Amino acid sequence: MAVITLQRKPLTFAERTYVPQILSGLRTTFKRLWRPAETLEYPEERPAIPPGYRGVPTLVRDPNGREKCVSCQLCEFVCPPKAIRITPGAVPEGSGREHVEKAPSAFDIDMLRCIYCGLCQEVCPEEAIFLQNQYSMSGYTREEMVNHKDRLYELGGTLPDAHHKWDKKQAAAEHGNAH
Amino acid sequence: MIAPAKPELVTVNIDGREVAVPKGTNVIEAARQAGVDVPHFCYHSKLSVVGNCRMCLVEMGLPTVDPATKAPVMDPATGKQKINWIPRPQIGCATNATPGLHIRTQTPQVKDCREGVMEFLLINHPLDCPICDQAGECKLQEQSTGYGRGYSRFIEQKNVKPKRTLLGPRVMLDDERCILCSRCIRFSNEIAKDDVLGFIDRGSYSTLACYPGKKLENNYSLNTVDICPVGALTSTDFRFKMRVWFLKQTNSLDTESSVGANTVVWSREGAIYRITPRQNDGVNDTWMADSGRELYKQVAAADRLAAAKVSGADSTLDAAITAAGDLFKSSAGAVAVVGSGRSSVEEQFLTRKLATVLQAPVSLVSRVGKGDGILVSADRNPNVRGALVTGLINALPAPKLTDLAVAIDAGKVRTVVAVGEDLAAAGLTAAQLAKIAIVYLGTHANTTSAAARIVLPSLTVFEKNGTLVNQQFRLQKFQQAVPAAIGTTDDLVILSRLVAAAGGPTLPVDLTALWKVLAAEVSALGPMSFASLPETGLLLDATPWAALPFIEGESLHYQPSSAKATEGRPA
Repeated sequence: MAVITLQRKPLTFAERTYVPQILSGLRTTFKRLWRPAETLEYPEERPAIPPGYRGVPTLVRDPNGREKCVSCQLCEFVCPPKAIRITPGAVPEGSGREHVEKAPSAFDIDMLRCIYCGLCQEVCPEEAIFLQNQYSMSGYTREEMVNHKDRLYELGGTLPDAHHKWDKKQAAAEHGNAH
Repeated sequence: MIAPAKPELVTVNIDGREVAVPKGTNVIEAARQAGVDVPHFCYHSKLSVVGNCRMCLVEMGLPTVDPATKAPVMDPATGKQKINWIPRPQIGCATNATPGLHIRTQTPQVKDCREGVMEFLLINHPLDCPICDQAGECKLQEQSTGYGRGYSRFIEQKNVKPKRTLLGPRVMLDDERCILCSRCIRFSNEIAKDDVLGFIDRGSYSTLACYPGKKLENNYSLNTVDICPVGALTSTDFRFKMRVWFLKQTNSLDTESSVGANTVVWSREGAIYRITPRQNDGVNDTWMADSGRELYKQVAAADRLAAAKVSGADSTLDAAITAAGDLFKSSAGAVAVVGSGRSSVEEQFLTRKLATVLQAPVSLVSRVGKGDGILVSADRNPNVRGALVTGLINALPAPKLTDLAVAIDAGKVRTVVAVGEDLAAAGLTAAQLAKIAIVYLGTHANTTSAAARIVLPSLTVFEKNGTLVNQQFRLQKFQQAVPAAIGTTDDLVILSRLVAAAGGPTLPVDLTALWKVLAAEVSALGPMSFASLPETGLLLDATPWAALPFIEGESLHYQPSSAKATEGRPA
């Protein structure tokens, strides 16, 4: 391989004093000093989350307070990093929701594994799991980083429901084509 | 031996392909042999044909002949015999193959028919898939994906029917999901011989129901759950436990009796969730008993032995084996071995080796129950014939260990090696147990394990590999479904180390190497190997033991002694 030797140009007098460079830098500094700040004072200030943002996966309730998840385990199946773990269970008779028959008895999402891909939300046939605008998860232990069912519902809250599938099902059972 | 008659073959044409099938084969089976899938719900190869789901509609035709001269009518366009297509589609399940029958399964008319049938079936079918246990193995899901219209035109209200009816202790019925295929009714009537199910009411009000005052509680009720093409019948034990697509399937055997029904064990991450039958037309067709499906519960039972013990204190396996070796030396010539009809063939072979090294007499314990004539036989040991084949015993075992009890009382036996058998249950008194030192290999705690000097925890059938010989002298293999429980050791390892501790040769513990020794030493197992044993088993030559008075009565594919000789023994 050929070696090319370059001749360094000697600095001019002005360049050797460094003064013009310092002044041009200070000009930028003073120009920005009077403009509004572009950074956020995180964590006191929080950014506005755009719609469609994929934050921490959460479980939601319908407007009647019913847990929407029926533990079909499709999210567990589709989850690429295997972060979701569900233990299915039956809805007990006499709970007023026995027509739904099935609900998770345990629902864990390991946030150390979650890659925020949103496939769980996409696959959910009951619209029960949503990646909402919560983005900051931290903890001191691995155990703390696993979101259990209670925490998932606490994070998820209640979302509007366009279908009320199970309420319609119950109404049909009470007044519909029964015989 | 009379060779089975060769079936008469007839040639049929399916989607342009000629295929020769035995006479009497129906069109669905003929198409299956030609590699063509004819979708169906109500048809089941082991049940009678009713033809009420109409899903298997296909076009059929026969070659045309001149009515007067019976001469073939040729089609000038193709140069072949003209086919007289029946103008309307016919059901494949109720049509037997006849010579020259032509079948078309891919025409627009057939496609229309399937879409129409699917649409009618889905009209009243609830959108329960997310909560339905059948999802993932549901014929309705599969056929609607494969042959359905893809969208619904139904805007009216769906029928409402009872969702949670208990038909029996193990079967739950969801009437909304039922597509009225009548498989469960036919199974109860024809196979279980317990005709308790039937349809009541008419039209869209039709409902599956039990005969008033009766329950679906026979020992074969869970087969109705297996054959239900939808999620209408579900098992109360498996209900809402796990989605089937997570479960790993392992071929295993039902060890509750000497029938040796072939099974599939469904497990996930070391936990077994259910056991279902595996088709073996020579043993259990596609059925198994409910009692055999609960055997997996023994794996995680609370009384499972979890640590080797010497004189009641937990110890390591090494220390326990050494202690057993010392015990064998101190009581040389006064050792007896109690083998088991529940052990695998390989374990029985090693038990025999142990008995030979110790010069100990061997006894087995028989377990007799009531045979039901279907898939539970009177002999509740799955592998007594294995003990005969390996030479562990030469005569059939007795239910009580009377000879051993006499020998203990006389002081001739001071140490007993019990392989998985509870000596107290086999007739030894507490006083006799106290007189002897017991080396106990077993899975669960019992009186013997409590009284034993040395306890060696071993594996259940779901945690190991091996073979069993069933009542037909059919050698069948079972495979490991879940990892061994903590603290337990493979029976083969324990037995092999006991043989070594007793001063015998070092025997291999992996099945490939052990089977080489087995094949060399046991003439009946001749040139076989564990790997080459087919999944449906291999019939051994039973003539050396033909004179023994086996206790089993007739069952689904078994004829006792004299009748068996003329049966021709299907392979």
